[in-house]
Amino acid sequence: MKAPAAVSYSATEMMTIVAARALRNDDVVFVGIGAPSAACNLARLTHAPDITLIYESGTIGTRPNVLPLSIGDGELAETALTTVSVPEMFRYWLQGGRITVGFLGGAQIDRFANLNTTVVGEYARPKVRLPGGGGAPEIATHCGEVFITMAMGKRAFVETLPFVTSLGHGAGPESRRALGVATKGPTKVITDLCVLEPDPETRELTVMALYPGVGREAVQAECGWPLKFAGRIAAIPAPTGEELRVLRDLQARTAAAHGSDA
Amino acid sequence: MAEILTLKDAVGAHVSDGDSIAMEGFTHLIPFAAGHEVIRQGRRRLTLIRMTPDLIYDQLIGMGCAERLVFSWGGNPGVGSLHRLRDAVENSWPQPLALEEHSHAAMANAYEAGAANLPFAVFRGYRGVDLPHVNPAIRSVACPYTGEVLATVPALRPDVAIVHAQRADRAGNVLFEGIVGVQKEAVLAARRSIVTVEEVVDDFGPRSPNAVILPAWTVSAIAVVPGGAFPSYAHGYYKRANAFYKGWDAIARDRDRFRAWMDENVLRGRPEDFARYAGRAGSGRIPSPLVEEGQGGGNDEGRSARHLSSLSVSPPQGGRGGA
Repeated sequence: MKAPAAVSYSATEMMTIVAARALRNDDVVFVGIGAPSAACNLARLTHAPDITLIYESGTIGTRPNVLPLSIGDGELAETALTTVSVPEMFRYWLQGGRITVGFLGGAQIDRFANLNTTVVGEYARPKVRLPGGGGAPEIATHCGEVFITMAMGKRAFVETLPFVTSLGHGAGPESRRALGVATKGPTKVITDLCVLEPDPETRELTVMALYPGVGREAVQAECGWPLKFAGRIAAIPAPTGEELRVLRDLQARTAAAHGSDA
Repeated sequence: MAEILTLKDAVGAHVSDGDSIAMEGFTHLIPFAAGHEVIRQGRRRLTLIRMTPDLIYDQLIGMGCAERLVFSWGGNPGVGSLHRLRDAVENSWPQPLALEEHSHAAMANAYEAGAANLPFAVFRGYRGVDLPHVNPAIRSVACPYTGEVLATVPALRPDVAIVHAQRADRAGNVLFEGIVGVQKEAVLAARRSIVTVEEVVDDFGPRSPNAVILPAWTVSAIAVVPGGAFPSYAHGYYKRANAFYKGWDAIARDRDRFRAWMDENVLRGRPEDFARYAGRAGSGRIPSPLVEEGQGGGNDEGRSARHLSSLSVSPPQGGRGGA
């Protein structure tokens, strides 16, 4: 089946496909549920067949045929090379420094790619109680680098976080080093409109590439702080027919398996 | 030494008001039937400990059983919020709920420290984040060899651990397979333990020498509750009812609808009700029991229809900041 040349696609599909393209065949990836899981399995089913996918429930080298709804669906253990206990996962594999890329997302992000998934409002009297950090605080510091996937929006890309759930680049260039953290931290923030990367000097997130049909004003309109743009902005190519076909097949299988639309 | 009891007797003997309880199972093997029995017996002022509170703690919290929650990720996996947990934290309904919040790494290390009879766990974590500012249990220690400052958390030593497993043998030894989470650590860290199992067998049969087994003398009570992990799952027996997790969102959003559902399915329920979700043991891939209910479609809704009479599986509202 060949997709038509000018096939339409959603912003979420674009975000997932751009995240998949960022992964390499020899990566060992700590996968999160949602867009990261779709991106990692898309990469595995296209250009990175040997990629190692690890879910924090303990499954190492898993090759799910459908995307899991939870971080510990049976599909993950059934298709994994091995399944270890949760203490082993966090101690030997994550803290042990064996993961090259960790995926994170969140309800809110600031210009240094610190994330909040804990509360909106005061911690003791929250306006909105979010799920909390889970694995994120240690994923953010132990993985070789971190890719963040998040849809943009003024309530999500904020000037000041009410709570720092996981560390990005702290308050700037010296923060991670000062905390004794040697890993790179967030190297890409892949959104539904553009890709941001930390500036090499200041560590502030900078728009490096725009998606087809997206202008600077549209990106700024969805961000709560005045954005920096790189001197040369790259144009990211639209999804290929093959990328869309593999992603949609995967999501159709997933929807059928979970008994309702995914 | 493990006694094989009914679930009612096991919970009656080992769970009291004011206890700290760890019901573990990382997405897999979550002891739902046992949690429902704790609710039916009306236990109060519990400290609930669990890495991912999941629907079972949403139910216990919403029914007013808990005064404190120790946790590391409180969402409905892949769906969004736990609305009863949120209502307790944001609005103190049905009563206030104190939180002791950690990261997954901290909880996993704290269970391991409990199992190892250590006073605290040490790990490299919590760097540059706000949790240590709101949780006074998170502290640090300098490495005596390198001087590196490392995070510490107190060992978890629950009064009771409650877990679900695939099988016990007649002597009361317990076998776990698949995603084993922190169940072994939780049981060994706890003063008492209850294990619900899919079945009791004469012999575990062929197995890896490295199979995860808790010897009978490490467990207080075993109760046979086939299907007792539904709507989570038991590897080799039945699959996770993902449609139930999606459908729970609408039930738990509304206090009255939640109470009505709990009344019909839990307060007036029995442990035997879970048997309809149970699959069969065996080697290799077990067909999902969800297929065998006679609905023909083989989807989760068909399977869930009876037990969940008031559960209409409608697409949930996408929660921002979910899993």
